[in-house]
Amino acid sequence: MALVAPENTGVRLGVRYAVLLLVAVVFVFPLVFMVISSLKPDHQLLSDTSSLRAFLPVGDISLNNYVAAFERAPIGRFVMNSVLVTVVTVTCSVILCSIAAFSFVYMNWRGRDLLLSVVLATLIIPFETIAIPLLLLVSRLPWMGLEGVTIGWLNTYRVQIIPWIVDALTVFLFVQYFKDLPKELIEAARAEGASWWQIYRRVVMPLSGPVLATAAILKSLKMYNEQYLWPLIVVQDEAHRPIMVGLGYFFQLDVAWGELMAYLSVISVPILAFYLILQRAFIASIASTGVKG
Amino acid sequence: MAARSTLTQSNMAGWGFALPAFALLAVFIILPFFFAFAFSLTDQRLISPNPTRYVGFENYERLLGMNILRIEPARDDAGQIVRDANGDPTYPRVRTFTRNNPDLPHLQGMREWFGWRSGDDRVVVLARDVLFMKSLVNTLTFVIAIVPLQGGGALLLALLINQRLRGINAFRAIYFMPVVISIVVVSLLWRFIYDGNDGVLNNILHGLTLGAFQPIDWLGRTDTALASIIVMSAWQAVGFHMVIWLAGLQTISPTYYEVATIEGANKWQTFRYITWPGLRNTAVLVFIVITIQAFALFAQIDVMTNGGPLDSTQTLVFQAIERGYGKQDISGGSTIAVILFFVVLAISLVQRYLTRERT
Repeated sequence: MALVAPENTGVRLGVRYAVLLLVAVVFVFPLVFMVISSLKPDHQLLSDTSSLRAFLPVGDISLNNYVAAFERAPIGRFVMNSVLVTVVTVTCSVILCSIAAFSFVYMNWRGRDLLLSVVLATLIIPFETIAIPLLLLVSRLPWMGLEGVTIGWLNTYRVQIIPWIVDALTVFLFVQYFKDLPKELIEAARAEGASWWQIYRRVVMPLSGPVLATAAILKSLKMYNEQYLWPLIVVQDEAHRPIMVGLGYFFQLDVAWGELMAYLSVISVPILAFYLILQRAFIASIASTGVKG
Repeated sequence: MAARSTLTQSNMAGWGFALPAFALLAVFIILPFFFAFAFSLTDQRLISPNPTRYVGFENYERLLGMNILRIEPARDDAGQIVRDANGDPTYPRVRTFTRNNPDLPHLQGMREWFGWRSGDDRVVVLARDVLFMKSLVNTLTFVIAIVPLQGGGALLLALLINQRLRGINAFRAIYFMPVVISIVVVSLLWRFIYDGNDGVLNNILHGLTLGAFQPIDWLGRTDTALASIIVMSAWQAVGFHMVIWLAGLQTISPTYYEVATIEGANKWQTFRYITWPGLRNTAVLVFIVITIQAFALFAQIDVMTNGGPLDSTQTLVFQAIERGYGKQDISGGSTIAVILFFVVLAISLVQRYLTRERT
């Protein structure tokens, strides 16, 4: 902001910035430590923790840890799995949830208000309380594949994708946004004989950029960052394992700290960079979950 | 709810649009939710050769069963209390009451949870599942500590960021950074920071106190492990709620603040009578969201401590997964999940009541 309040001058201004800076250090130092440590051999990494050198790229700096980490575990595979699961889930999610929200807000049909209440009521169910019964359910669900009907969804991509597509929060975000769009637009299109599908595609979606961004960002963070408990219990094979579960390779027996820090950097730095570039959109999307809540 | 419009009824199309999303929600959230209740009344296992049986409330009884036992001190033949070297009375072992004691069949299989002295007697609280009780208490401790820490901390950060200063957006961006890092990554990173030997935290404290600070194995001690996880969890998520508070702060009309300045209100009065009432709805949302998330505590435990040391970081979800998945005891895991759900529901209702709009 360009405007500076008049009381913020001289010493007071200095104190304010000092406080802001100190708090910033608290939030940044572990992340700096992670990236810096990933460049150091284990023995130096451990001895450096006793001084500020822990936060400086000094001494024996190399990418050796990255090479070793990629040799220890199929990291490329894990990253690909996570990206695939994230992209497919997020795409399906914004499509299905926006279509449902469109129907809840603009269309008149019997049972609509009841169904919307049921959807919103599921906001209070933490995933952790349904994980165990869901595990049993997916272990017995059939699937129609190329090789015919098979039973059980364990160790697949679909078990990581399909249960996560629809959630109440995403529907809620679209409902809130659609309610604020001018109704006249939809009614005018309707009067001109446009079908519901055309109104959704041609009228509502082109106006929905902000909410699409919000829903996609929140869902991506959830799918990429927070998929730990669920894949831990439904994916045992390496071929389908996502990144957070793949971390197990690095801390099970004796921890190779340098390699671990390299892996942590590989999976976190891209998303940090993504965030810093799209910072306003990220923060706006979080803020929008709060208004009217 | 959408306002009734002039549009005509379109039942088929309406259902058709809502159905794909609703069907997925019904199969993967609503159905397992009711399954959890159903399984908790059976002996369902993930894989079992025997058919599933209905067992009523046996699973709940096994988790929640408690009793209080008053133990009289041991007496010698003369009726005198037998005392140890310190002069304290000695007591018969708890297991003499809870193992194959024909007079006390209802205590069979219970174990000591905690106890205290009462006169010469010793009072012991017995629990059928001490591990479950510990995880319940740990989870509640986590929630009670993290709600004010994270919610209040986020409000302080929001007030700090809500100043008109050059470059303030950069600080906001920095405070928010840990939110986009996975809690799994953060947990592993902080395992190193909390390390007892080469940990960064010990070294920082050592430096700040000019060497007076003795290193602590933060995650290895029963009295610091849970607190360490609380602080780390708040650190990771506080930026999220800072943004929610900021959005709330920005809905308060500047006119109120101008009036307060004219009336000569000090900073605390301004906060107490203008800012805080304006944040009422935001406060309800922030506290409910943090509470529900806090009850779900799992990844930090799984990555950092595995429930230890000495069960001091066991949590409800960790136990639900350990039993439901680890031991393939679907019914046991489901029962814990149902109890967890009712605790979350009760606390949400209480919070909603306490922060209700007073008219």
